[in-house]
Amino acid sequence: MIRLVKPSVLRERGILGMNKRNLTFIGANNPRRNYQIVDNKLLTKKAALERNIVVPELYGVIEHQFQINRMLDMLEGRDAFVIKPVQGSGGKGILVITSREGEHFVKSSGGVLDGRDLRRHTSNILAGLHSLGGRNDAAMIEALIDFNPLLAEYSYEGVPDIRVIVFRGVPVMAMMRCATHASDGKANLHQGAVGVGLDIGEGFSVAAVQRGSLVTHHPDTGACFKSLRLPDWDDILDLAASCAEMTGLGYLGADIVLDRQRGPMLLELNARPGLAIQVANQEGLIHRLGVAAEIARTAVDHDDRIRQAKLRFHRPQAVLQAS
Amino acid sequence: MIASRAKVGIVAGALIVFGIAVAAYKVVGLDLPLWPGESREVWTIETKVSFKPASGPVEVDLALPSGLGGWVTLEEHFASSGFGFSVFEEADGRVARWSRQLLEHPTTLYFKQQVYRARRAELPDMPVETPDPPLLEADQQAAMERFVADLRDRSSSPATFTALMIQELRRAEPSQDAEFLLGTYSDAPLRVMLDVLAYVDIPAYPVRGIALQDGRRRQTLSTLLQVYDGSDWEVFDPDSGQAGLPDDFFVWRQGNGAALRVLGGRDSRLEFALVRNSLSAKTVVSMEERSDEFALLDFSIYALPVEQQGIFKGILLLPVAAFVVVMMRVLVGIKTSGTFMPVLIALAFLQTTLWVGLAIFLVLVSVGLWIRSWLSHLNLLLVARVSAVVIVVVLLMAALSLISYKLGVDQALTVTFFPTIILSWTIERMSILWEEEGGREVMMQGGGSLLVAVLAYLTMSVPVVEHLTFNFPELLISLLGVILLIGKYTGYRLSELYRFRDMAKMQ
Repeated sequence: MIRLVKPSVLRERGILGMNKRNLTFIGANNPRRNYQIVDNKLLTKKAALERNIVVPELYGVIEHQFQINRMLDMLEGRDAFVIKPVQGSGGKGILVITSREGEHFVKSSGGVLDGRDLRRHTSNILAGLHSLGGRNDAAMIEALIDFNPLLAEYSYEGVPDIRVIVFRGVPVMAMMRCATHASDGKANLHQGAVGVGLDIGEGFSVAAVQRGSLVTHHPDTGACFKSLRLPDWDDILDLAASCAEMTGLGYLGADIVLDRQRGPMLLELNARPGLAIQVANQEGLIHRLGVAAEIARTAVDHDDRIRQAKLRFHRPQAVLQAS
Repeated sequence: MIASRAKVGIVAGALIVFGIAVAAYKVVGLDLPLWPGESREVWTIETKVSFKPASGPVEVDLALPSGLGGWVTLEEHFASSGFGFSVFEEADGRVARWSRQLLEHPTTLYFKQQVYRARRAELPDMPVETPDPPLLEADQQAAMERFVADLRDRSSSPATFTALMIQELRRAEPSQDAEFLLGTYSDAPLRVMLDVLAYVDIPAYPVRGIALQDGRRRQTLSTLLQVYDGSDWEVFDPDSGQAGLPDDFFVWRQGNGAALRVLGGRDSRLEFALVRNSLSAKTVVSMEERSDEFALLDFSIYALPVEQQGIFKGILLLPVAAFVVVMMRVLVGIKTSGTFMPVLIALAFLQTTLWVGLAIFLVLVSVGLWIRSWLSHLNLLLVARVSAVVIVVVLLMAALSLISYKLGVDQALTVTFFPTIILSWTIERMSILWEEEGGREVMMQGGGSLLVAVLAYLTMSVPVVEHLTFNFPELLISLLGVILLIGKYTGYRLSELYRFRDMAKMQ
């Protein structure tokens, strides 16, 4: 017997559904002409640099098949890097190289590739294997994130990233996505990664969820999520809110990583952020979105919006740690 | 936001009311039946006479049906642009004559009629005359003698004789004499039958008519045998040997006269396009007189040529299928691969029937996926890869047809109704999905697509749905209104009630 929940209960809890997200929040707040800057990672990077938003360093772009032959020259002297499709979505087609062994390249999972494998992967990206609708694409090569060792124990084989939902420039809800063995080192919640809800006020964890069930410890590393508190929290919120101003999108998901040296860094943006963040936070989005709209109306500037958000969305830790 | 909601609400409401109002007017004011049950089957038969002109004046005579077997003609319409046209009586019925002095191009003449069977009447008796003996060569004579003697031994009456004769001539491997006779008559079994009957002095006549099949475009005349069994006339189907006038047989002409004579032309062909509609008996009777009175009827789908009517019957079902897709995606939240791919699959199911269609679909997609997984090792560019899959799918369809035909499973021949390109894209998408998200997601989306396709198929095959969309196309305007409303639905999807089921417990 499939157990369903009454719509009235979800409504009371303020859970945001797919239809309402699409119509009321994305449709009404995200002008279609502004999507391009989000869907194309090169444009995102360019716009971010103009606004002094920190992004991973770009090593090079490969747009044409003939450039692939010279790509190894381009990577001369780079030991660690990431190859990703410019218009990919959902983390598809991302190849992470962590070190070199002579002529060979070592992947984050420990696998070893040679130059031919690298070229084939890039050729697949150009053919559009990983992009929406199979359009022709370009490949970009950027610096590997040297992620903050404080977070290393919360992720298995992958970079933990922080998703912040920003509504009209106001940070509304945040979570950290931790890769697990089950998710194959990917930070996708529906593939089994752990989603950790984060308090907007101070950046500590409020709940951790894997495949819809509450968990307290990382299934592979055994790290306890209750003691998690993110460093540089104010910078993270500042960065997320700046992205909203940069793109002109009213409803936005910003994916942020913490670099050891350079601090919070923008990884990518999403104009259609998913609903799983509600499960990770064990709270619905609708009430917060209402409050955010109010903040956006009254706040005088960028810093005021963040200040008010931290105040209004802060959850008293004692209650939340009870589970 | 609120303003746009209200706007959509008003527009949708107006559309819904308009559609229902027009339909209601047609039901109440014009007496069209709302349900298919309380109706008559009316066949629209479009007769096409096509020929190439020879030299000299052209004269085309078409014998017209004269209401045999209880068939009643509601409406007749002749198209005769540039031709002199007249209808006149002859001894055995009415004849339409088109004539023209000079003609240069191949021409098609049209004659459209609406008919229904008012009652099940027998065919009228023919004059009982001893037929003239057939003119036979010596060897034919000998074969006929033996063939007839054998039949006589085994039959008791003219009726059983006829049935047995048809059976013998129609066997997959006829006896030596039967085969010889068929051979000398250049395989025209009907002429053999008439001559055999004439040889044994049984009066018999051909009955020409149309085997009625909904949606047929190029039906030709077929022939039954009317045989005198000593006291009564009986009709036999010369293919099956079945006695009695079939229900789905529209009688055109009785007797030996030709249905079509073309003077001054060659390569003449007589073809029929057929469509079946359901109309209430009352409407049927009053339709012709009132079609001038009510412009609405004149602008209905019925005013179209029959071929287009048949096509529209299918097209008018599409909005219903699209509606099912909208419901399943917006209200239920089923994931499908490709938004309207399930509609195309459902259309294919309409032709193949459900179980056969499902089996074919699963075979094609799974074998396609298997071959596609091999193609992915070759590292091809995208368009080349999809084209390769298209070719593989076409070959698979051919193989499936051949194998099933050899095995005697005729149903699998309908595989050709599946949209090849769509299938190929489905296979391509599924295989990428498999590589990136794993088999589970493929099963979810593939299963979702099939489920939606089956639901769309089931909805489209409800007789009431077909009846309503065809007779009341204005209801589609109402459907448009409903879809606009669904487009503004911001409530939860059924799938979300499951997805967020644990959220109910939280603080």
